[in-house]
Amino acid sequence: MGQPRIDTSPAVSDEVRKTTCYMCACRCGIDVHMKVGPDGEKRVAYIEGNRDHPVNRGVLCAKGSAGIMQHNAPSRLRAPLKRVGPRGSGEFEEISWDEAMQIATDWLEPLRETAPEKLAFFTGRDQSQSFTSFWAQNFGTPNYAAHGGFCSVNMAAAGIYTMGGAFWEFGQPDWDHTKLFMIFGVAEDHDSNPIKMGLGKIKARGAKVIGVNPIRTGYNAIADDWVGITPGTDGLFILSLVHELLRAGKIDLDYLARYTNAPVLVNGDPKLPEHGLFLRNESDKPLVMDRDTGKLTPFDQPGVKPDLAATYRRAGNTHRTVMHHLAERYLDSRYAPDAVAKTCGVPAAKIRRIAAEIAHVAFEQAIEIDQPWTDFRGERHETMKGRPVSFHAMRGISAHSNGFQTARALHVLQILLGSVETPGGFRFKPPYPKPATAHPKPHCKVTPGKPLDGPHLGFVQGPDDLALRDDGTPARIDKAFTWENPMSAHGLMHMVISNAHAGDPYRIDTLFMYMANMAWNSSMNTRGVMEMLTDTDASGNYVIPRIIYSDAYSSEMVAYADLVLPDTTYLERHDCISLLDRPISEADAAADAIRWPVVEPDRDVRCFQLVLCDLGARLCLPGFVNEDGSQKYADYADYITHHERRPGIGPLAGWRMGETGLTGGRGGVNEAQIDSYIANGGFWTAHIPEEGQYYKPWNTAYQDWAVEIGLYDAPAPYLFQLYVEPLRRFQLAAEGHGQRQPPDYLRERIKATLDPLPIWYAPLEDGHVDPEAFPVHALTQRPMAMYHSWGSQNAWLRQIHGHNPLYLPTNLWQRHGFAEGDWARVTSAHGEITVPVAHMAALNENTVWTWNAIGKRKGAWALDKDAPEATKGFLLNHLIHELLPPKGDGLRWANSDPITGQAAWFDLRVKIEKAAAPDEAHPVFQPQISPVGEGPDELRWKIGS
Amino acid sequence: MTQLPESTERKLGLVIDLDTCVGCHACVIACKGWNTEHYGAPLSDQDPYGAEPSGTFLNRIHSYEVQPETGPAQLVHFPKSCLHCEDAPCVTVCPTGASYKRTEDGIVLVNETDCIGCGLCAWACPYGAREMDRAEGVMKKCTLCVDRIYNENLPEIDRTPACVRTCPAGARHFGDLGDPRSDVSRLVAERGGMDLMPEQGTKPVNKYLPPRPKDRLDQETDILAPLLAPVAEDAKGFLGWLDRTLERLPGPANRPSEPRRDKRGER
Amino acid sequence: MHPAPSIIAFSTFSGLGLGLLFWLGIDPDPPTGWVAFTFFVIAYVLAVGGLVSSTFHLGRPERAIKAFTQWRSSWLSREAWASVAALVVMALYGLGLVFFDANWTILGWLGAALAMLTVLTTSMIYTQMKTVPRWNMWLTPVLFIALSLAGGALLSGRVTIAIWLLALAGAVQLGWWVVGDTRLVQSGTTMETATGLGPMGTVRSFEPPHTGTNYLLDEMVHVVGRRHAQKLRLIAFGLMIVLPILLLLLPFPHIFGILALLSHAAGVLASRWLFFAEAEHVVGLYYGMR
Repeated sequence: MGQPRIDTSPAVSDEVRKTTCYMCACRCGIDVHMKVGPDGEKRVAYIEGNRDHPVNRGVLCAKGSAGIMQHNAPSRLRAPLKRVGPRGSGEFEEISWDEAMQIATDWLEPLRETAPEKLAFFTGRDQSQSFTSFWAQNFGTPNYAAHGGFCSVNMAAAGIYTMGGAFWEFGQPDWDHTKLFMIFGVAEDHDSNPIKMGLGKIKARGAKVIGVNPIRTGYNAIADDWVGITPGTDGLFILSLVHELLRAGKIDLDYLARYTNAPVLVNGDPKLPEHGLFLRNESDKPLVMDRDTGKLTPFDQPGVKPDLAATYRRAGNTHRTVMHHLAERYLDSRYAPDAVAKTCGVPAAKIRRIAAEIAHVAFEQAIEIDQPWTDFRGERHETMKGRPVSFHAMRGISAHSNGFQTARALHVLQILLGSVETPGGFRFKPPYPKPATAHPKPHCKVTPGKPLDGPHLGFVQGPDDLALRDDGTPARIDKAFTWENPMSAHGLMHMVISNAHAGDPYRIDTLFMYMANMAWNSSMNTRGVMEMLTDTDASGNYVIPRIIYSDAYSSEMVAYADLVLPDTTYLERHDCISLLDRPISEADAAADAIRWPVVEPDRDVRCFQLVLCDLGARLCLPGFVNEDGSQKYADYADYITHHERRPGIGPLAGWRMGETGLTGGRGGVNEAQIDSYIANGGFWTAHIPEEGQYYKPWNTAYQDWAVEIGLYDAPAPYLFQLYVEPLRRFQLAAEGHGQRQPPDYLRERIKATLDPLPIWYAPLEDGHVDPEAFPVHALTQRPMAMYHSWGSQNAWLRQIHGHNPLYLPTNLWQRHGFAEGDWARVTSAHGEITVPVAHMAALNENTVWTWNAIGKRKGAWALDKDAPEATKGFLLNHLIHELLPPKGDGLRWANSDPITGQAAWFDLRVKIEKAAAPDEAHPVFQPQISPVGEGPDELRWKIGS
Repeated sequence: MTQLPESTERKLGLVIDLDTCVGCHACVIACKGWNTEHYGAPLSDQDPYGAEPSGTFLNRIHSYEVQPETGPAQLVHFPKSCLHCEDAPCVTVCPTGASYKRTEDGIVLVNETDCIGCGLCAWACPYGAREMDRAEGVMKKCTLCVDRIYNENLPEIDRTPACVRTCPAGARHFGDLGDPRSDVSRLVAERGGMDLMPEQGTKPVNKYLPPRPKDRLDQETDILAPLLAPVAEDAKGFLGWLDRTLERLPGPANRPSEPRRDKRGER
Repeated sequence: MHPAPSIIAFSTFSGLGLGLLFWLGIDPDPPTGWVAFTFFVIAYVLAVGGLVSSTFHLGRPERAIKAFTQWRSSWLSREAWASVAALVVMALYGLGLVFFDANWTILGWLGAALAMLTVLTTSMIYTQMKTVPRWNMWLTPVLFIALSLAGGALLSGRVTIAIWLLALAGAVQLGWWVVGDTRLVQSGTTMETATGLGPMGTVRSFEPPHTGTNYLLDEMVHVVGRRHAQKLRLIAFGLMIVLPILLLLLPFPHIFGILALLSHAAGVLASRWLFFAEAEHVVGLYYGMR
């Protein structure tokens, strides 16, 4: 009997539609395979990575491949909803879009005319921030931000202030050349496929990876060496490496002299209001000492040879270089490996060994690419020299109250090695490099009936740029850009609900949110937030009077809205992943992309951006109406095509209309632009010329190219800021200089923490919570196969992560006598949870952790009430508060970074006790009524025959 | 076709690099997606939104913690699917001939129309590579994407299993392990590729590349890698060193620099 | 392994039925007429009922006929053939006894041999599984055949033979348990060989591939507590061997014989439950379980 004949060449699909994934912030290109089903309808049959796409080159993660289950999830909202039961219950009635839009207009119109700040508009996992902020700006409210304040702002701000670009997805190691890669606290939801691809490249070459993370999973599991550091001490560890490298003279002096502010002279007279500021000339240029002439010279003067070791005395005031300050700071014995080892939980010998390894690779294995280039001072270089040590970091160092300075410390380490924007080091992705000075400053001036005076968010240069009202009170509901957190460049979404509830700094009327699950996993103090959302005043009215919420899915937050505007899935919508926002560029090319409706919605839902176009027109917002008052943008695609932010610069840079035909970058509106994107697979790329590939901040070829495609309007070379002057300006204010003065209770903290050179201080929670009573650090990690709360509604992904144990290190496991199947009561200064535990040896001995956002509220996401996500899954969020516990000074300090306001959820300290196994993980909440019912009992998903 | 072929023309299979796999489950879902839509019955899911979700998957990722005699514990992510054994016990136990090993490439397949769903093949497989589809009542297993690897409707570069195509870290390799000159065979030779449960005598075609030795920095002595020699112990000493060193740096930057070497590409 | 009721019932009852057929087949002085009819009905109800029950275990029972094709390599296929052959031959033999009062001895012997061959093929389905070391030993077919013969003897009213065979089966059962308990360790298959990570250190399952269950866990991984298993072994052994022997040693064997039979059948069911429940499939090692 012969073996069966099988068809090895079956038809794969009837059509492939190429768009962009939305299962995390990676934004990979996807090939959506369409097939005609038995009913004659063309449906999504299979999703794989787009091989031509610059981000993912064909690969795709579990979330992306499971997009078909996301797109068809039973949790999709079906029609606009009006609340009929009490807030939080989930009782709604479906209404028409006409009615929904009328309600929204009736609520918002009077606010705009009288007090635009009474609208707080905050977006969560929004990938259209340049559009939503444009809408908010035109509405006139100062209260707009996305979720960066509890996600990434420490890293973004530290990177941009220090070197004009950050980790996250804004830069990447030079995967093709690096020989030693060091990775700190990287989660798997930003740039995740590129990082995996990069690690694969490194591994294929047999290059070395060092993982610094209390937890050895994921990327750290494949690291050749693991540093199981104590949470919150990365900054100290890094500065100890700096100490070792300085001590051995293993720093790149040439690079420091040419491209950084290391040679810039700093005013040394403590009596002066300029103390600690740079010596500048009359045109405000920082000055260096020229080694050849011995004269003060502007840093950018052609031919200057900046002297790193200079001192300059004038009228008894000694100006010393940044390098001098830096050496003095970090050569101090308090940064010696022996001094930091215990705090960091890393043996001193290991710190020394790692420093030696870094120095060895950077200086003994340096690389050089034969590519001439010309720097901003006009000097031509015949080759590109590289120090092939690269670093990457994310939330693990960012979500601490010392995260800004820790990220700064890491950038300083990179810069001292000369490994930023050099071959084998860290490379920016366009539109970066872009220094803080090239970004807008925050704007907050409200005029009823008029737009805001400028963009909401930005980078302050000193106290003058804070978002304060004339009486010195915060202008924004989230208190961003105030003395409590002056450099809160992303706003503070996590403070909005509690501030609005407290009426501090003022009361608002309508809370308008998009894709932000604030009533569950996207908030600290989850129970408290639920109570604030439902709290009523003496007359029985809700303290936060109105809540409008838009989401595609039946998340926990939906139940708390008064009006729900159902969004589409990512396969049913237009989007632009814009160079004005967070594009998909790679280090060697600028790139942007679109989404387009590869299928039409089968429900009465609308793309949220289309809704904003409509609402904007109904409210007659400038920018959303034509001169005759008619609606300017029929839908989001219309906006994407026709909107121009500056002349010739629109949301999409590809296929614009040039003088002689289609062009990339700058150009006029092209009616067929989106069609061109679709024809090209959904994206556009512009390659940086070879001579502009490295040294971008100082490279004439890059700068000229960036101007040509519209990233800048003029070349903007700059120095890396080892010493960040704006920080010093806040310190000066705290010392009593200047007109705008901080409140007295903040002076000491500002002086201590806003240091212009990176420092390390213990996480602030340690000062408010007794470390003896709460001796254990508690962390969360995002599983690679889940993104926020979205994964649970995905039939395939929830089988992988349906519930989450709390992982305990051997030390705690044995000390408390835990056995498999046991439960623990976990208590913080704020709350208590009772959860299942599991043992993990490859873990810092004083740290516990769990997977993030697996736990779900009963009734949400169209899951069964007994779903393991709701019965065994849990959130650590219940243990974290947006404020630190009182410490007897009469104040409640924010649980956040004092510089940026980033939520410090990784500062969490807990204690662990064995507990009898309850029926369900605690705390238990009332089930919500599902507005979409529950999913089917079985799936046999096949479109084709 | 219950009997195994004496030998196969090729031995197609996977090489999985445990030193590179980060455990992201991308291969798991790419496999689930492709094989739900293609080859045979869809991979069904029971109670997909309920209290006890479970479904058919042909590839799954375990993770293990390994405690060496010295040094910290390590974590290893471990993808597992059918190993397409040369002596596949799952084939010979099949009472209907539904399970067979292809003579041309060694792929072990289930002919679903002949499968009675007795489950014996799953019992016989030591690796847990076969899962009964509870909706269809037939045995499902990795087909090595036999409907991709020869598929003339796909561009040549895509004629690889879905799991290999999607793996972001490039930890999965596909090829002919019967050909010692193939890329996969070379990888196996270079990196010491291993069999799972060799004592079961199944002669798996798929190989696993073991994790490279870890945490060597902890063990390396000063002889192998000397620590840094100090040039200064404090800021004053450092500035002295700085001064001396700067003197030795190349000449003034404003002089046009001469081409220093021939173009030889990267050094 | 999952102790599936359909499989436990199948192997227990078909073993008894085939055992009875064996004794009927080799009986030099077999019953005839209504007595024979009764015996054969009992034997067929047990044997056929068991076989039918086994099809409940199939995902696609309507295709069961295909199981006859692979007799050259598959023990399940061989079982199918052997059982049909045994039942057909014994049916002819029974036909002779019931309706023609004829003892076709050769058919009887042939049918008896086929009946035991069927029991052997059934046992070989399990015995061949290298993946289940507890089953993968020559004692397994001996146990199945001994129990089938003893049960058949009991059913057919052969008191003395039954006592001896029960004692023998009991000895085999004890041996099977004692040796079986060492088999997994002896097999050399461990988490270290399963993962190939042994040279690095000791291996522990950190996180399974899925938080819920799946076919493999439901089918192949059944964890039964050690204490619980020991208790069940005592009960099974008492019901299957000790109590029947005691009952058979009492007077009035016909009355107590029925009790002995019921006790024995219950004991075999318990023993068979343990046969599956205690059997460790090596795939469990991938999940850190045995």
